[in-house]
This record gives sequence, C-alpha cells and structure tokens, in this order.
Amino acid sequence: MSEWWTYRPSDFLMFAPRTYWRLFELHNEAWWPLQPLLLPVGLGLLAWLLREPMPASRPEPSAALRAACAGHAGALAFVAWAFLWRRYAPINWAAEAFAAGFVGLALCLAVPAVRGDLQRAAGVTRRRVGLALYATALLALPWLAPLSGRPWAQAELPGLAPDPTVMATLGLLLAARSPAGGTRWLLRGAWALSLGWCVISAATLATMGSFQALVPLAAVLVAVLAVLFSRE
Amino acid sequence: MTHPFPARHRAGLAARRRWLGHAAAAALTVGLPRLAAAATPTDPGLATRRIPSSGEALPVVGLGSWITFNVGKDPPAQEACAEVVRAFFAAGGRLIDSSPMYGSSQSTIGHALGRLSYPPALFAAEKVWTGDAARGDSQMEASRRHWGVPRFDLIQVHNLLGWADHLPRLLALKAAGRLRYVGITTSEGRRHAELEQIMRTQPIDFVQLSYNLLDREAEQRLLPLAQARGIAVIANRPFREGALLDALRRHRLPAWAAEIDCDSWAQVALKFVVSHPAVTCAIPATRQVAHVRQNMGAARGRQPDAALRARMAAEVAAL
Repeated sequence: MSEWWTYRPSDFLMFAPRTYWRLFELHNEAWWPLQPLLLPVGLGLLAWLLREPMPASRPEPSAALRAACAGHAGALAFVAWAFLWRRYAPINWAAEAFAAGFVGLALCLAVPAVRGDLQRAAGVTRRRVGLALYATALLALPWLAPLSGRPWAQAELPGLAPDPTVMATLGLLLAARSPAGGTRWLLRGAWALSLGWCVISAATLATMGSFQALVPLAAVLVAVLAVLFSRE
Repeated sequence: MTHPFPARHRAGLAARRRWLGHAAAAALTVGLPRLAAAATPTDPGLATRRIPSSGEALPVVGLGSWITFNVGKDPPAQEACAEVVRAFFAAGGRLIDSSPMYGSSQSTIGHALGRLSYPPALFAAEKVWTGDAARGDSQMEASRRHWGVPRFDLIQVHNLLGWADHLPRLLALKAAGRLRYVGITTSEGRRHAELEQIMRTQPIDFVQLSYNLLDREAEQRLLPLAQARGIAVIANRPFREGALLDALRRHRLPAWAAEIDCDSWAQVALKFVVSHPAVTCAIPATRQVAHVRQNMGAARGRQPDAALRARMAAEVAAL
C-alpha cells in the first residue's frame, strides 16, 4: 500500500453503521429460536464452573472447563461460518480472514478439550475475574443493543455473535491452565486470537462512532491486568 | 472474457442502442457547449458534459455506490437501494459507478437494475481492483455477473493498482469492441504524481479523482491536464463521504445559492464540482431517494461562473 501514512481507520470502513447492526438483526432472525436454547447452556456451564472448588495445592483436571472449552469451540466455529463467513463477509472482504481466525481459535480450544489436560487456574483472583468476564459476556452484553437505542432484535448473543463469544472465551482462558507444553501453546494461541479480535472489533466500532468500542477494549484490559497481577 | 447477452436483456439492449443513437445524433447536431443541454429528448433541462474521446453526452451528476450500496444480503435494504436507482434514472441520471472493492454494492446495483428491467440509459462504470494481472479478467467477469449487464461501458483501474498490467488489457478489450471506455482512478489526493504521468502517456478516456469544495488539489495540474489531453473526469467524494455536508449543515445557505438555483448545501457542493470545465460527472452516493433527487437537482438550473466558484470555495473554507 503506497502512501500508507495517509490512510485512516475510516478509509477501511466499507459499510454504514446501520448496515452493520442490521447484520445481527438478520442473523438473530435466521437462527431463532436458538437464542433461548443457548442461554440455558451458557448459564449451565457457568454454574458448573462456579461449583468447582477453587484450586487446591495439587492441580486437578477440570471437567467443567473441558466441557466449556468444547462448547465454546463449537460456538466459535459456528460464529465463523454462520456470521463471519455467510453474513459479514459480503459487506467486509476482511471477514473471510476473521472467519479463519475464529476457526483457529476454535481449534485452540477443541484440542485441549479432547485431550482433557485442562486445569483450573491456580490464582484465585484470576479465576474469579475470568468467571466474572464469562458471566458479563453471557448476561450483560446482550443489553448493549437496547442501551444504545437499538432494538432487541439486534442484540449480540454469545454463541451467535463474535464479540460476546470471544469475550466469554477470554473468561475461560483466564480460568484455565494446562501442565502440558503443547496445550499451553494452544492456549497462548487462543489468547492471541481472542485479544486480536477484541482489538479489531474495538477499532471497527470506534470508526463507526459507537461507544460499544469501549467494551472489547475493557475486556482486553481486564484480562491482561488479571494475568499480570495473578499468581500462576 | 465472453459476454453472452442474457435473453432478458435483449429488449433493454435494443432500446439502449436506440437511445444511444439519439444521443450520438444530438451530440453531432447540438455542438459542444461548455455545459450542454441534455442529449435525452425527454429531459432537456439536464446539464450534460461530453466525453472528449467520443462526444457522447453524460449528465453531470452520476451515482456512486461506496458504502451506501454495500448492504449485504438484506432484502429491505436492497429494495431501498433499488428505489434510489429508480429515482436516479427518473431524474435523468445515467452513470453508476462501483468497484469489486465495495463489498456487496455490485450485487445491490444488479438487483436494482433487474427491478428496473435494465434501463437503456444506464452507463455502467466499473473498476478492476487486483494487483494480480492474471485475476483481472475473472474479476471483471464476476463484476459483470453481479451487475447482470452484457458489458460495461467503462472499466477503470482502481486506485492505480497494477495499472501497468491492466491498462493494455483494457485497451485491447476496447479495441475489440468489448468495452467502450478505459479509465483509471485515485481518491483522496493519493498518488497524483503517478496519475499525472499515466494521463500524459496512456490513451485513457476517463480519470477519476477526488474533488470537492475543500479538496481542490486536482485544480492545480490534473484537471487542466485532463482538459488538454481530452480525458473525461469523474469526481468522487464530492461531499467528503458526507463529512462536508455534516459541517455545512450547521450554517445557513448563503444568498448566492439562490443565484445558481440551489436550495441545499448538497446542490451547492455538487454545482461547485460539476461547474469546473474539466469535470464530466460527479458521483455522490446516497441511500435515500430524497437525497438522490436533491443531488440530481444540481444538474439543473444555472451553474456558477468562475468568479462565483472562487467565492464559493473561499467562503466554505472560511466556515
């Protein structure tokens, strides 16, 4: 790209904000009634994660984390195909690359889930922050649409829309660790892809002039601070 | 690149050929005034400019599709865009411009044209946008399928990307009668030196660049060069993607706006652009029928002279 210094973020925004928000409306409409089915699944996983005792001095495998990572791997793959590839890509040619990133993120969660070598994070604060982030993605983010003056039909829901799904994933990553070297690298890959998506989403929303840009940025900040200040 | 004519387009094509015949005849008989009256017999009040390489007249206001027509697979939004296109043609418009870079805009245009049974007045302006010369043909064919037209009137090399490879191919298509005009584009003042070099050395029919009340760098070299070389000019971003109008809307319309029959800032901004003697056509983009009608109003009535143009630019810059 010549004269790259003359480009601004707005030069890469190729759709109007209302077109972007309509994507979620059309997506929710197309997949109804998946929404009321996904919410209990998410709440069930959260309850299971909360019920597991805090890490003991001797790390133990976590069945709840294994189930949550497996479920989120499926959710991320679904978001990649149903939202990013089929719905977002027609208005944003970068969305195909985003979809590939989500598939990569799904694999980074699926492999440890299958191998069963996930453990609860040792740091109590880190685990609590992770579960709080997970609960926020599940219960609070869908309210952003009405809080922004948009209809409920445009709500972004975990398992269907990219932002809440990735933010819930960040919560899981905070709550998890692995003793296995290979799995540790996969989790690091998942961290990189999740944080990368949050930055991309924040940049997109900020260019659109939406205050929602603060939400993925806040998720990044919370996750990074939790890692920096936790004993792991 | 083969362009089989779909059966559903044949009637439209015949009508289009007849219309172009009328237009060509009008071009020969009317002469070449600076802002000619429209070539279409049904719309004599519409200002047109002639394409220097052919003499064909184009209304001075066209229709862009960046952002506004990129609505994805959203049927109500596609219908709303179709209404914009309908209003555009109803007001005498001809040139619609798009690019493979514009997401779903091409298929939105195709949907609208299908709804309108492919208006014979259509002047289809597209772009080729790839650095890989080998992909140029397949990309243009994909664009043609999105539009649903038998061929494009104009294909431009988008943002100079791979121009050295694309231009010979486009000029060969033109020589073979499979394309009517060849052009090249830039936007927001980028790579003007390279664009100038291309304008000096390549036999292009069109150049597209950004020009508006505030972005006037093109006046220095490119617009005079286009005039001297007989290259038609399409002015993009006449409203700076809406930012110019957002800023102007806070101010009252000056008294001189009435002197050039403008009742909105949009018309003032457009009349400034299209009254430059080198500009053939401006391509504002919109998703609202009221706005496209307002924009087309800039192709009617009195146009500013050089003195008023200077005053317009100075006053708007001072706001």
